[in-house]
Amino acid sequence: MYSEKVMDHFSNPRNVGELEAPSGIGTVGNAKCGDIMRIYLDIDENQRIRDCKFKTFGCGAAVATSSMATELVKGKTVKEAMEVTNKAVMEALDGLPPVKVHCSLLAEEAIHAALWDYAEKNGITIDGLEKPKSDIHEEEEEEEY
Amino acid sequence: MKKIIYLDNAATTKTAPEVVEAMLPYFTEYYGNPSSVYELASMSKKAVTESREQIAEALGAKSNEIYFTAGGSEADNWAIKEAAEAYKDKGKHIITSKIEHHAVLHTCEALEKKGYEVTYVDSDEKGIVDLEKLKKAIRKDTILITIMFANNEIGTIQPIKEIGALAKEHGILFHTDAVQAFGHIPFLVDDYHIDMLSASGHKLKGPKGIGFLYIRKGIKIRSLIHGGGQERARRAGTENVPGIVGLGKAVKMAFTKMKENTAKEKELRDYLIDRVLKEIPYTRLNGDGIKRLPNNVNFSFQFIEGESLLIMLDMEGICASSGSACTSGSLDPSHVLLAIGLPHEIAHGSLRLTLSEENTKKEIDFTVDTLKGIVEKLRSMSPLYEDFMKRG
Repeated sequence: MYSEKVMDHFSNPRNVGELEAPSGIGTVGNAKCGDIMRIYLDIDENQRIRDCKFKTFGCGAAVATSSMATELVKGKTVKEAMEVTNKAVMEALDGLPPVKVHCSLLAEEAIHAALWDYAEKNGITIDGLEKPKSDIHEEEEEEEY
Repeated sequence: MKKIIYLDNAATTKTAPEVVEAMLPYFTEYYGNPSSVYELASMSKKAVTESREQIAEALGAKSNEIYFTAGGSEADNWAIKEAAEAYKDKGKHIITSKIEHHAVLHTCEALEKKGYEVTYVDSDEKGIVDLEKLKKAIRKDTILITIMFANNEIGTIQPIKEIGALAKEHGILFHTDAVQAFGHIPFLVDDYHIDMLSASGHKLKGPKGIGFLYIRKGIKIRSLIHGGGQERARRAGTENVPGIVGLGKAVKMAFTKMKENTAKEKELRDYLIDRVLKEIPYTRLNGDGIKRLPNNVNFSFQFIEGESLLIMLDMEGICASSGSACTSGSLDPSHVLLAIGLPHEIAHGSLRLTLSEENTKKEIDFTVDTLKGIVEKLRSMSPLYEDFMKRG
């Protein structure tokens, strides 16, 4: 079902974990759909991403896209990181099954959410960056179990 | 291929070697069409008759009440659609439950589009259909009650005897999807007032592509396939003779060894449940502790997602299944787990292990040990677990 690259990033995910004092954190997705991604960014004074970590609740593709997305943005400037699209993540993984394409979208959103958090904290604007759509906590409150 | 620990017997079973052996001559030697007149064909005809008798005996039915089909889904479709059609002058209301197999649920939905009304009765939080609610759902125009004998995901055994009695009392047709129960738990159709029953060969070590529908004599039902006179002209088409022979053999074996197999499975099942609940925190057992198929285990592991779990188990050679959305191709997790009231994220983290008597304690120990490591690894990656731990 999955490409070798997806399986590799799933079984040996890169950059799993948390950062102690992150410059930005982004969490997207919701438990209802079965995918939540959280990305931590450590960004230096030259707006370069020094380090990046992730935590993901989700399927094999969700874990692999998170892992690949962190690999792709690490070492890049904020501006360059904005160019890491879901398509780029998918291509880097040699493709995803059609039902899993939304996982790569989530990875892109998670990066953007973390960048948004960083921009807000530092009072800067990043070209092309919009306020993240989904926040799991908002959705959780709406949910009645 | 690496060594496999097969714990997905509710999905399908390994065909028993004795079954394969019984089937083989009907491909190579006795290949005649049972409808033909020459002697070669009489061997095929005899084999079909014997298999039919075998199944009828197991159910306490008559052999002319057994109709071979291509499997359980076909039998469900036939029973529901064609009985609904035959009884539509009496009424157009059908009662089923929210935890049925999709072969029943989607068939009922298809009938709704044709103007039938369907009541989907709730189950309790253990996954047992609510008898009181079922009783209340009965109307003057109710023509059919269809409730599964045992649930395929969480293994709950339904109060079929009570439902059968209720249906009989009200003069309503009663169908049960017994795909998971037949050959695994003992029952007779008369004791349970069952009018129609679906079963499948490959869930009891028989071949795939063969099953049957039991139709009580006197029940009105339209033919499923028009053509020749096979299956009393109700399901035309040349018989799947090797499949029918294999099914007969599998049924014979299952019923001969039922007591013995059940005892072994229950022991392994309870050992597995015990170890997992003791050794893996934030885990719940889905379904009922007692009214449960002897080989079914279904857990929810909080903070993790089922597909990831399945892939990691597969890497260790363990075959299992999950009610996670990602295994179904939709965004919603199992309708059964949602029907018993599990929140979505708990339903996503479910794992079904279904045993056979061939599994060993050693395999179960390896599975639990492996599972512990995987659950721990996935939780260490889970933002839900992180939040939970930080909240304290």
